[in-house]
Amino acid sequence: MIQAIVFLPLLAALVAGLGQRVIGNVPSKIVTTGALFTSCALSWPIFLSFVAGTGEAGVTPVLHWVSSGALQFNWELRVDTLTSVMLVVITTVSALVHLYSWGYMEEDPDQPRFFAYLSLFTFAMLMLVTANNLVQMFFGWEGVGLASYLLIGFWYKKPSANAAAIKAFVVNRVGDLGFMLGIFGTFLVFGTVSIPEILAAAPGMAGSSITFMGMRLDTMTIICLLLFIGAMGKSAQLGLHTWLPDAMEGPTPVSALIHAATMVTAGVFMVCRLSPMFETAPIALGVVTFVGAATCLFAATVGTTQWDIKRVIAYSTCSQLGYMFFAAGVGAYGAAMFHLFTHAFFKALLFLGAGSVIHSMHHEQDMRYYGGLRKHIPLTYWAMMMGTLAITGVGIAGVVGFAGFYSKDGILEAAFAAGGGGRIAFWVGIFAALLTSFYSWRLVFLTFFGKPRWEQSEHIQHAVHDDHGHGHDDHAHAHAHAGAEAAHDDHHHDARSDGTAGYHPHESPISMLIPLVVLSIGAVFAGIVFHRQFIYPEEGAAFWKGSLAFNEHLMHEAHLVPWWVKWLPFTVMAIGLFLAWNSYIRNTSLPARFVAQFKLLHQFLYNKWYFDELYNFLFVKPAFAIGRFFWKRGDEGTIDRFGPDGAAALVQGGTRLAVRLQSGYVYGYAFVMLLGLVGLASWAMVNFL
Amino acid sequence: MISVGHYLAVSAVLFTLGVLGIFINRKNIIVILMAIELILLAVNINLVAFSAALNDLVGQVFSMFVLTVAAGEAAIGLAILVIYFRGRGTIAVDDANRMKG
Repeated sequence: MIQAIVFLPLLAALVAGLGQRVIGNVPSKIVTTGALFTSCALSWPIFLSFVAGTGEAGVTPVLHWVSSGALQFNWELRVDTLTSVMLVVITTVSALVHLYSWGYMEEDPDQPRFFAYLSLFTFAMLMLVTANNLVQMFFGWEGVGLASYLLIGFWYKKPSANAAAIKAFVVNRVGDLGFMLGIFGTFLVFGTVSIPEILAAAPGMAGSSITFMGMRLDTMTIICLLLFIGAMGKSAQLGLHTWLPDAMEGPTPVSALIHAATMVTAGVFMVCRLSPMFETAPIALGVVTFVGAATCLFAATVGTTQWDIKRVIAYSTCSQLGYMFFAAGVGAYGAAMFHLFTHAFFKALLFLGAGSVIHSMHHEQDMRYYGGLRKHIPLTYWAMMMGTLAITGVGIAGVVGFAGFYSKDGILEAAFAAGGGGRIAFWVGIFAALLTSFYSWRLVFLTFFGKPRWEQSEHIQHAVHDDHGHGHDDHAHAHAHAGAEAAHDDHHHDARSDGTAGYHPHESPISMLIPLVVLSIGAVFAGIVFHRQFIYPEEGAAFWKGSLAFNEHLMHEAHLVPWWVKWLPFTVMAIGLFLAWNSYIRNTSLPARFVAQFKLLHQFLYNKWYFDELYNFLFVKPAFAIGRFFWKRGDEGTIDRFGPDGAAALVQGGTRLAVRLQSGYVYGYAFVMLLGLVGLASWAMVNFL
Repeated sequence: MISVGHYLAVSAVLFTLGVLGIFINRKNIIVILMAIELILLAVNINLVAFSAALNDLVGQVFSMFVLTVAAGEAAIGLAILVIYFRGRGTIAVDDANRMKG
């Protein structure tokens, strides 16, 4: 069964990707979508059996892979609680995103390729989560990186999409180097890459030391830190996060699947999978906590200033990943996985909702040109509302709440209960929750409330004034269809003063609304239904069954935190909601006044803490300079000059002389002949007479 | 008494005239053909002179061969020249430089 779950997407990707010319567009889409829904249908029983407590962890062998001296590992599919959680997350979101793409990518000429990439990504991600050894995990890790690269750069005619794809790939390479060194280190220390064997041997290695880069360092600390660098790259943690916002150049379904729900959580999954190992390295865990909390804060602050709807959600993702990491850092792996689980639902929902908004607004992504969309696209509005309620963590402590309420509060309570560095993470997390609430509601208010501000948008203008809005360079891929139709009806009586510019947004097609509804259900109920299994002490231990280092004691402590700790997240959520309401509905001139007052702060946040500029200065520019040096001086100046170019110049010079001899006049040749004859004769006379 | 040396002197003069006729001549190709003919005759004089001096008939026989070849060469050369003139409309030496590299 697990083979079917993992390999059906691969099969579908091959059929759709290689056979698209033969079988055509619609069959390609049916094959991939059907395969994913089958995978999804097969995954849920596995997960539910673990929830019910009847599931058995097991390893299914697939193929022999490498057997080279001490290094031996095979293709194996491991299923345990942790994997089953990831299985449902991946297959569910992926299946829904496939379905959603039917509507969203309707006008794209390259649909089979898109669907093939999506399925390929799903296969790689499933390989990653079912890995029983680090090398297979690395295979999946690189596979999702590749699929991410292909999908970010899907609209390859856009230079910005290509640049974003390359950036994502290169930044991930940095993290992957850490991951690879970590794998090498593990093999060096433990003599195996099999995850169960490593985890069993890890406690015995605690306290030992190893020489790394000429320094004597604690073995487990250094290995865990190297592995964590890999996780940082993939999960866009502070320092290696710069690729994630740029990755929004890809189609929106891709952002929902890869850059919100699944791939970016691979780092969290890896830390949880290797949690018994991380438990032996307290310093590494401290770093995880610190980086997680820093990312959480950083991304939330940047998210409050961005105007692009997808970028706001991207920074929100980055921030939520920070939550997951500091949860793992304080030892609450169950809470980290729980947030991963609920986050997958509501963040995929928010992205797909944003896609639906973008779809109906003729590919306008700037929230400054939205407003008042509530009545025009009610279903999208309600879906986004559910997602926002879930991400901001609305709920009443101990009674009921949305999905994000359970997972985020679980993390914050665990961080508080852990004490030490966890306390700092707790306060950072509380502040980030305030910002989360602010930017999430800001998004909702700017998009759905207030008066329409569409007339300033070029995209909308384009839609209204140009019936055949299909030749636009930037968006030649898939120009909004709804827009063109709407413009057809209404372009006679524009120039009204209601800010709509005579444009009528249309609700998205049914294939896009079904995923929104399903994910809304997830965003509302995923927390209340599953929170006992994920984070309650006794139920948690029974649920996880040792597939991660579940700290029963810590989770017990987390339930006994003071009442104000339990109520604080809700309170700051309310404050954030009020602030957003005050700034974007009640007194809409307030944000501009605030920006004028705190110009420097706003500039700093709006430019994302100047990370891109810093990296440009520190790494990109020097790399270019070195590259140019080797290219101009090394390659062209030395190798080419004395090598091929020099030889060619020599030959050319020689021929130029030879050509001058070839005058073409008969007497010239005859003269040379005579000279030769005379020479020969003289030579013969001297020698033979 | 006319010795071999006299014959050789005449032959050398003729030969040099022939060679110079090829090099210095810039007018037309027929002159080149005539110059070649002159060179061959110079050689023939040599052969016959040595043949008489050494009392060996091979030299005279050989000069007969040379005459034959010279006749053939003149015929072919003139034929080529006619064809060439039809094609280019000129037989000036300075215009015959199609082999220029």
